[in-house]
Amino acid sequence: MPTVGVLALQGGVAEHISILMKLGCDVNEIRTPDELESISAIILPGGESTTLISLLNRWELTRPLIAMGEAGFPIFGTCAGAVLLSKEIDEKEHEVKQSSLGLADVKAVRNYFGRQTSSFVESIDVTGLCEPFKGVFIRAPLLLPLSGNVEVLSSVEDGPVLLRQNNLWLSSFHPELTTDCRIHRLFLEHHGILKGSG
Amino acid sequence: MKNARKEGTWEAKRGLAQMLKGGVIMDVVTPEHARIAQEAGAVAVMALERVPSDIRSQGGVARMSDPDMIKGIQEEVNIPVMAKCRIGHFVEAQILQAMQIDYIDESEVLTPADEKNHVNKHDFSVPFVCGATNLGEALRRISEGAAMIRTKGEAGTGNVVEAVRHARAVLGSIRKLRVTPVEELMTIAKEMGAPYDLVKYVHENGCLPVVNFAAGGIATPADAALMMQLGLDGVFVGSGIFKSGNPQKRARAIVEAVSRFDSPEVLAEISRNLGEAMVGINISTLPDEERMANRGW
Repeated sequence: MPTVGVLALQGGVAEHISILMKLGCDVNEIRTPDELESISAIILPGGESTTLISLLNRWELTRPLIAMGEAGFPIFGTCAGAVLLSKEIDEKEHEVKQSSLGLADVKAVRNYFGRQTSSFVESIDVTGLCEPFKGVFIRAPLLLPLSGNVEVLSSVEDGPVLLRQNNLWLSSFHPELTTDCRIHRLFLEHHGILKGSG
Repeated sequence: MKNARKEGTWEAKRGLAQMLKGGVIMDVVTPEHARIAQEAGAVAVMALERVPSDIRSQGGVARMSDPDMIKGIQEEVNIPVMAKCRIGHFVEAQILQAMQIDYIDESEVLTPADEKNHVNKHDFSVPFVCGATNLGEALRRISEGAAMIRTKGEAGTGNVVEAVRHARAVLGSIRKLRVTPVEELMTIAKEMGAPYDLVKYVHENGCLPVVNFAAGGIATPADAALMMQLGLDGVFVGSGIFKSGNPQKRARAIVEAVSRFDSPEVLAEISRNLGEAMVGINISTLPDEERMANRGW
């Protein structure tokens, strides 16, 4: 049984765990560097990116995660998790001086769609899935590729919302806020952590 | 044909609260406070004119904050900004929605505008959080459209005892409902004054259908960790931070405590040397008419 880690410092942790368990994975909650050792992939959940950045530093997880990401370890960041993975972080309304793991050639534009009253649900097409997926976008970032190494797996009218760069996956929406396991499955199957069903 | 974009759906309203879990929401009265809160790692700020302990000591009618003051805070920080409206004051809520506030707290800390009815929160695209002292009250608020629940506690006292009482009441009733035979649910719904379908949901799932935070009287990292260990999803801190000796340090310590609430060694480390905590009030010395938790029904 594969063991998948979920960063459990703040945010939508339980929702990811419940989807991973439905897929038959063992799940470890990650709060310290030691806990990174026995997992075969990690999910960085949605939450508040400024909070997550400060807690990653405080509990000394930033450096080991960067080393793992550079070594090809599968990492999936959803919403704030995707902001953590991005090399550049920007915002329309405020000046942002954030930096975090900076692993993916992606510019994350925070709160691109506006404040909470503009949070939305939209059905999206995803490369690799036959049927559309229900995208839940909460104060979501837009994710702009900065190099040709980044593959766009899904877009809305405004721009890309699901990206992959080798071992790094970034979504601006929350697949964990649905009961649909398909995007988690896509990620885990792509890296051979779950066996393909077909 | 793809589905069109839908804003302000139940998933979007409830979803923001889910992203705040494991976090600390801090009361702030100035843009400078808001910046300190954001730098300390708050997941959101609550913009208001006076923190509850000042409302308590100054008295008078406490209302929604001046939109200008709220706007100043929205411009200062990029984390979500919440604001309070009076219980039942749906026009204050309309104004806050027009200002694109991220969450409205229909709060007993302000003077109630309606002694019988709360706001019909389904009418709004902005999500609401409401206080509750027991499970029936929590389910009534959810039925009215609240997308997040918090304990009422006794705001502005720096005394966690009421928040603990409300957390135990809500979570204890949930644990009991979980093992209650189905045929008894209707009677329980009647006694609690809660809608049957929500009572049934709790029986089947063992939790509320929305996120459940602690609020009211939390003043130390240990208080915050206590509420987390009791089983709540996150904490609001009101007067506890900016009425203390060293707000920066205390704010950061409370954020850290919530992220590592089940590690006593870590809590010992971060509780050290935080300066003066806010001066507390013994609840037993508070006359009934001064208790904010008694507001709302």
